[in-house]
Amino acid sequence: MATAVQATVERENYLNNGYTLKSWLLTKDHKRIAILYLISITAMFFVGGFFAMLIRLELLTPAGDLVSSDTYNKLFTMHGISMIFFFLIPSVPAVLGNFLIPLMIGAKDLAFPKLNLASWYIFMIGATFGLTSMLLGGVDTGWTFYTPFSTTYSNTHVIGAALGIFIAGFASIFTGLNFIVTIHRMRAPGMTWNRLPLFCWSNYAASVIMVLGTPVVAITILLVALERLFHIGVFNPALGGDPLLFQHLFWFYSHPAVYIMILPGMGVISEVVPCFARKRVFGYEFVALASIAIAVLGFLVWAHHMYVAGISVYAALVFSLLSYLVAIPSAVKVFNWTATLYKGSIRYDTPMLYAFAFIGLFTIGGLTGVFLASLGIDVHVTDTYFVVAHFHFVMVGGMVVAYLAGLHFWWPKMTGKLYPEGWAKLSALLVFVGFNLTFLPQFVLGYMGMPRRYHAYPPEFQVLNVLSTAGASVLAVGYVLPMIYFVWSLRYGKDAGPNPWNAVGLEWMTESPPPTHNFDETPVVTWEAYDYEHQPDEEVTVGR
Amino acid sequence: MAASDIEIAEHNLQHHFADMDQQRETSTFGMWLFLVTEIMFFGGLFCAYLVYRATYYQAFVEGSQTMNIWLGATNTAVLICSSLSMAMAVRCAQLDQRKMMVILLIVTMLFGAAFLGIKAVEYHEHWTHHQFPGPNFQFEGAEAAGVSPQNVQIYFSLYWAMTGLHALHMIIGIGLVTWITIAGARGHYSADYYSPVENVGLYWHFVDLVWIYLFPLLYLISKKHGG
Amino acid sequence: MGIWAVLMVLTGVTVFASFIELGDLNIVVALVIATIKATLVVLFFMHLYYSSKLTKVTVVAAVFFLFLLLALSMTDYLTRHWLTNPMR
Repeated sequence: MATAVQATVERENYLNNGYTLKSWLLTKDHKRIAILYLISITAMFFVGGFFAMLIRLELLTPAGDLVSSDTYNKLFTMHGISMIFFFLIPSVPAVLGNFLIPLMIGAKDLAFPKLNLASWYIFMIGATFGLTSMLLGGVDTGWTFYTPFSTTYSNTHVIGAALGIFIAGFASIFTGLNFIVTIHRMRAPGMTWNRLPLFCWSNYAASVIMVLGTPVVAITILLVALERLFHIGVFNPALGGDPLLFQHLFWFYSHPAVYIMILPGMGVISEVVPCFARKRVFGYEFVALASIAIAVLGFLVWAHHMYVAGISVYAALVFSLLSYLVAIPSAVKVFNWTATLYKGSIRYDTPMLYAFAFIGLFTIGGLTGVFLASLGIDVHVTDTYFVVAHFHFVMVGGMVVAYLAGLHFWWPKMTGKLYPEGWAKLSALLVFVGFNLTFLPQFVLGYMGMPRRYHAYPPEFQVLNVLSTAGASVLAVGYVLPMIYFVWSLRYGKDAGPNPWNAVGLEWMTESPPPTHNFDETPVVTWEAYDYEHQPDEEVTVGR
Repeated sequence: MAASDIEIAEHNLQHHFADMDQQRETSTFGMWLFLVTEIMFFGGLFCAYLVYRATYYQAFVEGSQTMNIWLGATNTAVLICSSLSMAMAVRCAQLDQRKMMVILLIVTMLFGAAFLGIKAVEYHEHWTHHQFPGPNFQFEGAEAAGVSPQNVQIYFSLYWAMTGLHALHMIIGIGLVTWITIAGARGHYSADYYSPVENVGLYWHFVDLVWIYLFPLLYLISKKHGG
Repeated sequence: MGIWAVLMVLTGVTVFASFIELGDLNIVVALVIATIKATLVVLFFMHLYYSSKLTKVTVVAAVFFLFLLLALSMTDYLTRHWLTNPMR
């Protein structure tokens, strides 16, 4: 709880335990692997952001004047692929999950440390394939790879990109496998399921999805590659195949995939809110079970992406009903976080600001998802900017915001340094304002009929598009600033003690940064989760 | 002089586990989870099969007539025998009967190789009859039987994809068994530490399982010609 | 060894049954026999019978989710022709 006094002799921790490149590239320490992932996915985030910038620049004017339509197709495809497969899906699990789960359960490492390292290498190979395809001329099929365009008619580097995603999928599977086994088998004495931090519950649920869903998209991508190579016709109507079969198999994974992306983010919020409200989470069991419910129900709704694709109307009805159901556990979580705030003692540090943003923006994104689940509304707004706005609200306003919340919350733990609070608050504000300016107009645009994936549009849509692009510029600044001050803090930041936020949790009971072996002695847990009643609420000395 | 059981066990206890029991249970659970992913991986192909069989049943009947039931049945028997020898090898590892274990593992590998050999013969047959999907695909007798050759090609696409993926897993399996045979022969395992043998065994049985479903679905569709 | 014998017998049965024309029942018989064989392999060769509850739940869960993939996809394919225009 007190700020650590740095002795003249630097204490051994996971960061200074070996400085060579080899000690990092051959590490089995889950904390170092988390840092490796942090660097990789940040790079991929900026790759995706670069494509987004070009998209928004093109959409400043109604005419398709910046790039050709073919190039535009490549831009939104590569934006989607980089962001979804190489940034969002790994983000919280591979960075924060890898770092924190063993600490949170009192273990020395994950169950399979070598598999963890292999996971990172596999991710890197996949990302390299993806990047190479992009550099060699790109892909233009949309991140959804619909057939028969992707299998027969596209002239771009489909197989290279598909291969990259296939390989990165295995990284995801192995991470999920590692988490499930670790949480089942490696909890410290006294760390029962009822005391498990909700961050672990969320990552567990996301891992179940990773393990069950990713293989299906893997085989689907393999079939696409085979079809492209051998012209076999499994998805090609001209040869008797059914393009909808591709869509069924693709969305069987890709819908649960969005829950892979959001669940860990929800886990972050479940940690941040009780800490900065100084109160245990309202309805812990409900939040935990809601994570599991989201994971299970998420597998039952995929064809809501296919309402107008040609599936039978009866199937559409079934999937519409199921899609309404999946909103319920998410709503439960939002209610419970809000109830946690009631009569809490709220502090407005940066992680909490991001958490507030998450709760509001995710609610909007989630509700618009329920609108889309309705068959009637969906027929009107499908393939318009309404859908684009919906998923950016949940993915960016939800997930990226949660990721930033988590990075700020645990940065002192991971690096032993405090970031500059003033700049952090400014960035949070820029992110919030920029985000809303970018994506709120898109709901209107979509409802008015502007189609997605078009590089030209009728002139009456221009004002809203200009607002959107302006917002994107603000958002970009909000994303670049943390890059700068986080790196700055590594050298010049104030030292954080073991527990600068006065939070409850095993990870806060070891040093910052933690030693390689995590805990000097295996902890024995005798208190309930989020035991903030018994945690003294001392003045938090975050860097001013 | 071979290391004692305790020494082998201690040497293999990894630092983040409390004891060998935890390590063993953890590694086996991990392998089962991996097999879960394999179930879903093949599952996608089974879904495609289900959809197209329902839609193009007659074409599937025609395509399946070209399969050699006796070779397929023999292969099924071969795999079941290999599962038996594998299960017995795991038992030997549990009981520290090193020599018997190595022999049984080699027998397993031989059965596996036999399976692949028979499969190769079948593949050759299909290949020379232009039954590989693609621009060179031919299927005589399609019109006579009242089915579109395109739809029969879909049957063959699934046949080659499913059995090909299965054969790839067999090859990997034989590689894994080779690894534990060598390690076992060198005395790396004992009654306290034989997880690799058990886990490779699980993988091997899984590959057998997939074939147990592939055989009736691909070979035994119907003995009657349509109409 | 007993399990092995049963498996071999079942293989024979399944081949034999495919020669009998049972119409739609053929596939049911074939899949039932295959599932019995699979269950035996999983329970006894793979020792699931002797494994922890966690492992058993895991395997059941995998089969369940595969079933979901197959069943929900078929809700589309089996009902597509329902929508033929009754006015025609």
